[in-house]
Amino acid sequence: MFAPGETVRVKDEWPEANGPVHIRTPHYVRGVTGQVVRHLGDFPNPEDLAFRRPAERRALYHVRFQKGAIWPEAKPDDELLIEIFGHWLEKP
Amino acid sequence: MNILEADSDRLLKAVRALLEQKGIVSTAEVAERMATTDNASPGQGARMVAKAWLDPAYRALMLEDGTKAAEALDIPMRGMPPLGVLENTTDLHNLVVCTLCSCYPRAVLGYPPFWYKSAAFRARAIRDPRELLASEWKTIIPDTMKLRVVDSTADYRWMVLPVRPAGTETWDEAQLSAIVRDGDMIGVTIPAAA
Repeated sequence: MFAPGETVRVKDEWPEANGPVHIRTPHYVRGVTGQVVRHLGDFPNPEDLAFRRPAERRALYHVRFQKGAIWPEAKPDDELLIEIFGHWLEKP
Repeated sequence: MNILEADSDRLLKAVRALLEQKGIVSTAEVAERMATTDNASPGQGARMVAKAWLDPAYRALMLEDGTKAAEALDIPMRGMPPLGVLENTTDLHNLVVCTLCSCYPRAVLGYPPFWYKSAAFRARAIRDPRELLASEWKTIIPDTMKLRVVDSTADYRWMVLPVRPAGTETWDEAQLSAIVRDGDMIGVTIPAAA
């Protein structure tokens, strides 16, 4: 589990390169560091649901990213708030 | 029989009968979902916003649990994804987008506008949202305000609680809800006392 305020990095993984997948982690935040805002609840893993496989419930977090960490031309204070499953997050 | 060439009304009737026979979905459940879909419109979300502007306890409930707040106004939420509500302030403006598909708070806003699903809106909303809002909606977010783009990527659906416009201090709930549009509740526009 990750706590509110904790710094996390989205895993820089690209499973779509290895075959058909269903991923709810946008490509533009892979490998980017952000901050956990809060735990939103636990939901069946969409990566399995999409293929009718038994889906374990996984923790879903709201994670905040500084726009400037993703796009250099962005207004640095602006931010992105994204739902990301815990298994895509790691401690930097 | 080729299912692609079958009469669609008969096919639907047959599938519904099978779903019922197999105990998967009852006729009552289908009727309930049809009613939910038919009743969902921006007017529902606007009622929530107007009440939140007038009633601090309701506003607190709405920010804590959007689903409960919708149900408190008899908006049917059963079987719908959890609803989260993000509050605009004088320092912060929220803009909702779904870059992966078209997640939209349908239970309280109805069908999304056609452009919500467009690749152009999705790409511009995350990359250059200030320019997008200014050029397409004449919505100017001052440099002193933080813009927060909410990418709706998973199990929640997100709506925005806009700032109550100046000049509406004496208005009642019906007057307030009448000025709240769908765009205000995903942050592409800002309500005004017009």
